[in-house]
Amino acid sequence: MTDLLNGLVHLASMLIIPGLAYGSQLALGALGVTLIFGVLRFSNFAHAEGLSLATAITILFTIWLQGRGVSLGVLPTALLGAVLTVPLMALVFIGTDRALYRHFRRIDARPEVFMIVSAGVMLMTNGVIRLVIGPDGRDFEDGERFIVTARGFRDWSGLAEPLVLKTSQMLTIGLAVVATVALFLFLNRTQAGRSMRAYADNRNLALLSGVDPDRIVRLTWIIVAVLSVLAGVLFGLDKGYRPFVYQQLLLPMFAAAVVGGLGSPLGAIVGSMIVAFSELALTFAWKKALAYVLPATLAPEGMVQALSTEYKFAVSFLILVIVLLVRPAGLFGKVAR
Amino acid sequence: MSFLRAEDMTGGYGGPPILNGCTIAVDRGKIAVIVGPNGAGKSTAMKAILGMLRLTSGRVTLDGRDITALAPQARIKAGLGFVPQTDNVFPGLTVFENLQMGALLRTDPIDATLEEIFALFPILADKRHQPAGQLSGGQRQQLAVGRALMTKPLALLLDEPTAGVSPNVMDELFDKITRIAAQGLAVLMVEQNAAGALEIADTGFVLVQGANRFTGTGRELLADPDTRRSFLGGRT
Repeated sequence: MTDLLNGLVHLASMLIIPGLAYGSQLALGALGVTLIFGVLRFSNFAHAEGLSLATAITILFTIWLQGRGVSLGVLPTALLGAVLTVPLMALVFIGTDRALYRHFRRIDARPEVFMIVSAGVMLMTNGVIRLVIGPDGRDFEDGERFIVTARGFRDWSGLAEPLVLKTSQMLTIGLAVVATVALFLFLNRTQAGRSMRAYADNRNLALLSGVDPDRIVRLTWIIVAVLSVLAGVLFGLDKGYRPFVYQQLLLPMFAAAVVGGLGSPLGAIVGSMIVAFSELALTFAWKKALAYVLPATLAPEGMVQALSTEYKFAVSFLILVIVLLVRPAGLFGKVAR
Repeated sequence: MSFLRAEDMTGGYGGPPILNGCTIAVDRGKIAVIVGPNGAGKSTAMKAILGMLRLTSGRVTLDGRDITALAPQARIKAGLGFVPQTDNVFPGLTVFENLQMGALLRTDPIDATLEEIFALFPILADKRHQPAGQLSGGQRQQLAVGRALMTKPLALLLDEPTAGVSPNVMDELFDKITRIAAQGLAVLMVEQNAAGALEIADTGFVLVQGANRFTGTGRELLADPDTRRSFLGGRT
């Protein structure tokens, strides 16, 4: 019985909690990807760089706030920095749209053209980030780092295995739930949200019904700004800010959005959890967990790890390829456009 | 002077003109139908009335007001309701949300209009919380008409409302359209099912190559052997 409990605690601490946190971070990113695809109708290759820029700006704001002695107590100061960053990122996104995407929307360019333009935006943003904060990594978490510490849990429970719950993980899961609920309420319960869905569904009829396209585009970028800041900052609090790691988030975010069906917000969330847990489960060393559960004679010799952690991106890639081959519309997708 | 009148319309999509001086008119409480062979410019005439293509000459008036210079959205605001032939609902929105979208430009309470539409199309009331994408073809057309009626239009323009629906549903739709006209709206239809549409039409406009060939009451056109042979395929 103790073995079983130890096994469960081990799994919760090493797989389930990190998986939920990572899945929530991906979900916030994938929601942005899917929203841009649904409403603005293109695959935004610059999305990961958007998260990265948002985090870089948040870090600068955080440093400034810390310098002025502002603190949120047990919570990381970066949350306050994030609040300041949202309007700035919204301006950056809307500015980029005005300067680039709007032109291609006016000439009714094909989605591939938008995609290439967004790849250009990706490269440009990458350069801007280097100018703003440099290529080095930074850790910017302050406040109380742990809600449940390894030692504290062991002393309390008497179990051999520690349970660790970081503040950043709890914050991630909590804020992701709040943001998602707010997004769904907005899309389903408000007239602006309804207009946005209508515009995504049938652009001509929406225009005929009196929907103002410029307003919808602006609203979309504002929501994407909120989601990007949250995703980037929460990922950074959890794992540290490394510009090149953020670049690599593009693949799992797209894999998540595609698994769920591009354009479907619910799908983006489910897809993110699928991608996050596949990635972690396939690179997880199951030896310890199995040893707790199986009788001693069957205890595994090796690490029981399907893939080494360096290959975790292969998992997203594999999922992406399988979904595109088997069910291109994704789990919740309508017709592929 | 007719309530909705499009006079001497000439124009096209940039190439050679598709409309060559055609005139369409309909009064409140009446139904007018535009019929004619394929490529005669029937749908184009309707789009011109809505402002979706540039006319080189001609004018459109609604209740005596010249709306020729207005963009499509402004014409909708001025009192034209439009049901496109295809893609005429939001498939991902529920029936109720589709109707709400129809009323987007209105600032007054919409409950009374909703009641009227549910009374006219009871099926929409039953399925109000279903996504429009799950409706059958006929139900979809009813929703499309309902959506257009949500703007409380003075004139309703329908582009082939019975395209792709079964004969039973077609009769039902024509019946509803008659009832809509009876409430005082001016109804203008483009119809492929010319015979069925002319049955309920007060006026029929036969277009050929973008110009009026015959104009008469629906019954006159149906009874005229020439029209029947050339434009109704000699059937019915």
